[in-house]
Amino acid sequence: MSYVGIVLLSHSYDLVKGLESLLKQIQPNVPLAIAGGTDNGEIGTDVFKVKNAINSVFSDKGVVILFDLGSALINAELAIEMLEADDKIKIADAPLIEGSYAAIIESGCGSSITDVILAAEGARSLQKL
Amino acid sequence: MEIGVEEIKQWLQQLSQTLQNKKEYLTDLDQAIGDGDHGLNMARGFKEVSVKIENTSYTDLGLIFKDTGMTLLTKVGGASGPLYGTAFIKCATVLTGKVTMNVSELTDALEAALNGIQARGKANLFDKTMIDVWEPVVSYLKDHKDSVDWEDVMRLSNEKMEATKDLEAKKGRASYLGKRSIGFIDPGATSSAYFFTELSKVLKGVSK
Repeated sequence: MSYVGIVLLSHSYDLVKGLESLLKQIQPNVPLAIAGGTDNGEIGTDVFKVKNAINSVFSDKGVVILFDLGSALINAELAIEMLEADDKIKIADAPLIEGSYAAIIESGCGSSITDVILAAEGARSLQKL
Repeated sequence: MEIGVEEIKQWLQQLSQTLQNKKEYLTDLDQAIGDGDHGLNMARGFKEVSVKIENTSYTDLGLIFKDTGMTLLTKVGGASGPLYGTAFIKCATVLTGKVTMNVSELTDALEAALNGIQARGKANLFDKTMIDVWEPVVSYLKDHKDSVDWEDVMRLSNEKMEATKDLEAKKGRASYLGKRSIGFIDPGATSSAYFFTELSKVLKGVSK
């Protein structure tokens, strides 16, 4: 079975590295990649890291990107424009932790990219208490 | 006026030097309302640009703008990397194949850059961003194609930079501050004023 790939994008490498471990434990089969920090390991985002992360989890099922803040979105959009098949790569408007948690479970069920995005974006209204 | 690779190199070198000199000041501005990385990011990015262009000979204006844009995309981690990177890459698409350009062609390139920044950052005029400098300067250039006074361009870019002080931020990290962002000059507008000021100095035939 093939799955929708997930990319976690953050200004902080440590943040998405930790989140990756958490998600791998829940669903080891779903292709998951991270793009955190700048090319010299500082706080920030790097369009080429995003592009490589997308490529590493790409399949015909598509790829969903979840991001943290501000310039991460700008670089995610730029990376998508640089790639062919950009209609199969989508950005979820969702909180990074709860959204990626929902997304990886949905993807692990073999769902379509539309359903994975819906699951991620559903986390916006998640009530925690 | 014919503008060639030498003028563009001189402009980018002067801009890089200004950004090294103003690194602390830009950082102070950004610490007030942003995430404090604008000075470091711009200084580092343009330092890389400076090295790159110094050691490369260009026969095509498009290529020097493209190299500059790609370097900024790679080396600047904050929003200014993709925004300034996009600006230079958009200029490159307009200037590809040209050995020299006139002011009208430069204006077309800068307008494409402005459109690119707007598409990327989704900011409007008066959102307290670099657009608040770029848009009026590009408008001035479009209105004065044959009679640009570069002193006016310098004055205009500085005025518009200063005017961001009274605005409330609608984009970027500063927008989280809401009205508390009023009273501070926007760092991106400041680096944009340096961009146009150094360009004007070179095109006016004045070197530092």
